[in-house]
Amino acid sequence: MTSLLVIIVLVLLAIALWQLTKIFDLTQVGASSDDSQVASDNDNNVQGYVMFGFLAFIYIFTIYGLLKWGSLALHTPASEHGLLVDNLMNITWVLIFVVQFITQGLLYWFSFKNRGNKDRKALFFADSNKLEAIWSIIPSVVLACLILYGLYAWNNIMFVDKDEDVIEIELYAQQFKWTARYAGQDNVLGKANVRLIEGVNTLGVDMSDKNSQDDIVVSELHIPKGKKVHFKMRSQDVLHSAYFPHFRAQMNCVPGMVTEFAFVPTYTTTEYRELDFMKEKVAHINKLRAEKSVDLVAKGGTALDPYTFDYLLLCNKICGASHYNMQMKVVVDTPEDYKKWLSEKTTLAQDIKAAAAAEKPAEGAAPTDTTAKIIDTVKTVVDTVKAAVAKVAMK
Amino acid sequence: MSAEAHDHDHGHDHEHEHHHKDTFITKYIFSIDHKMIAKQYLITGIIMGIIGIAMSLLFRMQLAWPEESFKIFNVLLGDKFAPDGVMANDIYLALVTIHGTIMVFFVLTAGLSGTFSNLLIPLQIGARDMASGFMNMISYWLFFLSAVIMLCSLFVEAGPASAGWTIYPPLSALPQAIPGSGTGMTLWLVSMAIFIASSLMGSLNYIVTVINLRTKGMSMTRLPLTIWTFFVTAIIGVISFPVLLSAALLLIFDRSFGTSFFLSDIYIAGEVLHYQGGSPVLFEHLFWFLGHPEVYIVILPAMGLVSEIMATNSRKPIFGYRAMIMSVLAIAFLSTIVWGHHMFISGMNPFLGSVFTFTTLLIAIPSAVKAFNWITTLWKGNLQFNPAMLFSIGMVSTFITGGLTGIILGDSTLDINVHDTYFVIAHFHLVMGISALYGMFAGIYHWFPKMYGRMLNKNLGYIHFWITAVCAYGVFFPMHFIGLAGLPRRYYTNTNFPLFDDLQNVNVLITTFALVGGAFQLVFLYNFFSSIFYGKKAVQNPWRSTTLEWTTPVEHIHGNWPGEIPHVYRWPYDYSNPNHDVDFVPQNVPMKEGEEVLHH
Repeated sequence: MTSLLVIIVLVLLAIALWQLTKIFDLTQVGASSDDSQVASDNDNNVQGYVMFGFLAFIYIFTIYGLLKWGSLALHTPASEHGLLVDNLMNITWVLIFVVQFITQGLLYWFSFKNRGNKDRKALFFADSNKLEAIWSIIPSVVLACLILYGLYAWNNIMFVDKDEDVIEIELYAQQFKWTARYAGQDNVLGKANVRLIEGVNTLGVDMSDKNSQDDIVVSELHIPKGKKVHFKMRSQDVLHSAYFPHFRAQMNCVPGMVTEFAFVPTYTTTEYRELDFMKEKVAHINKLRAEKSVDLVAKGGTALDPYTFDYLLLCNKICGASHYNMQMKVVVDTPEDYKKWLSEKTTLAQDIKAAAAAEKPAEGAAPTDTTAKIIDTVKTVVDTVKAAVAKVAMK
Repeated sequence: MSAEAHDHDHGHDHEHEHHHKDTFITKYIFSIDHKMIAKQYLITGIIMGIIGIAMSLLFRMQLAWPEESFKIFNVLLGDKFAPDGVMANDIYLALVTIHGTIMVFFVLTAGLSGTFSNLLIPLQIGARDMASGFMNMISYWLFFLSAVIMLCSLFVEAGPASAGWTIYPPLSALPQAIPGSGTGMTLWLVSMAIFIASSLMGSLNYIVTVINLRTKGMSMTRLPLTIWTFFVTAIIGVISFPVLLSAALLLIFDRSFGTSFFLSDIYIAGEVLHYQGGSPVLFEHLFWFLGHPEVYIVILPAMGLVSEIMATNSRKPIFGYRAMIMSVLAIAFLSTIVWGHHMFISGMNPFLGSVFTFTTLLIAIPSAVKAFNWITTLWKGNLQFNPAMLFSIGMVSTFITGGLTGIILGDSTLDINVHDTYFVIAHFHLVMGISALYGMFAGIYHWFPKMYGRMLNKNLGYIHFWITAVCAYGVFFPMHFIGLAGLPRRYYTNTNFPLFDDLQNVNVLITTFALVGGAFQLVFLYNFFSSIFYGKKAVQNPWRSTTLEWTTPVEHIHGNWPGEIPHVYRWPYDYSNPNHDVDFVPQNVPMKEGEEVLHH
């Protein structure tokens, strides 16, 4: 039935169009009965005015958009380098709006002004080296400034000084969740490889590495305010991208290699929630959610929870069907709270021990089994490495 | 016109073809005539375009009204992918992927470049046909085959390729990671490999034809800008497409024969895979070594068409003909050394990021030159607002709007935070999607009389342009704000993030504009297909243009000119030349005695 209706609508639409062209044709009858389908002076005039109208549309739509949607854009950056990024962004925006305003204005103004008619003759103006030079040199100079500022910022952001006092945290990506590993007391992350994944050791941490002993694995990311956090990223399956929009930070997670990004958080979660723009934003979102809840309840669903702001880590590289729901809560604490939070966590080594202990009475299996298993695993790893070494040696 | 004064004793180097009795099959199907092949490209491109745009409307509906039930989803996607009319999350990704693939390769590469390079290169340089008509035919039929395979992949059980049009491994390599990476992905790769073969044959043909078959007097600096852009586009294609082919082949090896070019250390579905030592970043390099030049392969022909149409309809020479050529060459050169700006945060060395920022922002300079030259072409012109002219002005407008945000994305520092968000979608849809589509529409409206001997209805053309223009800005302008809010692309829905709840109204607005804009493309389709049969009969040179294609008869013949090929005596932009009374002097009109060349 629906398909029939759709077909009828399409047919009617086609007829309407056909009739519309007839009407247009008829309106042309008086005007020198020109049906050549080439623009007449009348067309030029009408289209010229529409051009002018369209320029107005672009300007008004831009201003409307800025007023109406400007507040949607990410506001105050929550990291130290974010200020640098946003500063460059703002400079670029000013430039873009000026150029956009002028060029679109000229384009449509000339279109309107020079709309053709039979009595005009166009000016034969084929080239001018002076003009070409002006609009090659001006963009070059402006871009040179932008490039220099951009490179200065980029180098500041991307290169982490080896001697700097930083907190090392591993971000581990998999379909479709994030895990974090803290380096512990020694501030050195133990070695890891997906081939070592087993049981609670879901990150494949090499427990024979002495640096691994105090590593801590958690599923909620806490970082301290005012301290440089150096993230090392891994992925176990496909590409992911660790995207922290509020911190102006992003880096892909690539299986088979470790990528890195570092930043200094400048607002704790609580402080960021208290910023004026954020209060407004959250109030607005909650208003929308309340409206939606009314609808949902009326349909027999449950109301939505009110929203409180939290920093988020999102996945920003297509990674599978549930890509759209791969997120982790990020909490920025004061350094004291951070220390306290971290000290309450158990190390991975303890987790593994606890898991083994829990397994023992349940299975009642001899402990040698587990040991044998571990020995087996180690053996396979050693074999693989040996084979790889042999391969390389052969080359 | 001197070209009309043929001398039947000369010329006729393709005389034998006139004696061929064309059967239906040799004329309409396995034709080796470049004009027929151009039309075949165009119709195939239009059909693919309908499919690609329809897909975008479907996933736009999902984005505006997430997880709501639409009967049409169930009708089009079936019970498996849209049970009860609610779009499933894996088919969403498949639609996004195939939309991108179809639009970029099948519509804007083959549909645009294939159509107009084939149509215009021989006609505008004064050649009887392409250098190799047979290879040209093979090129089209390989393209057709690849399109058929791509469409077949929509019907495999686990769904078509769903890893995004960039098909980054490991996602595209592992069926365990996403169902579309099974048979669907295999077909995608096979289709693209054939497509690349087709594209290379076409490009080689274009290059050879432009270099060797120009008529007497047609020096390189008398070529219309259309030909220059097709020529340069073909060169970029020949340089970069083979790299994608190699990437596709290596990926096929990884997928089917257990090699590890792009894969390493993978643990998925509870087991460790054997891959060791490869790198997905390598694939990204190979992909974008084509992928970035590809956007210029798409936009350069559109620029050429627009330059030509603007000059004709302004009744003025294109401003800065040589600067336009230089900027096309500069863009072509730079386009091959900027691919890394897609990979600033891929994990490659940040030093490379600096280099690519530098080269990328340099491209803004020739692009700015082009934009200013177009604007200056309009200044003090006598503008004839034919529909083709409207689309050309529209193209310059969207190219500027979209191009300017490129300054943000090309800057590695700023890219960190907008990378892979909707900001990118807004940027590239305006600067290469909409702009190239406008260029293609402009070309169709302008050369329809040459292709079909009939005129398109201009009033329908006006309606088509203005509604499309408003809707294009309506869709992509608000999208910038969604991106600046930090919303990642390729999200099936953002309802899992209350943070993004305030974007929902904008999404509804965007989708509304998209649906209206999409619906009004039917006006074009109606105009196009009805005018083929019922349009007003065209005169030989309806737009009073200077280039050689308008010296051929309206009825198509093999070999293009019934007599000798016209000779060329002047550049292609003698509009409103003060030495002449008429406001256009065709290229085949000899210089008057004592006439000076008025341009550089």
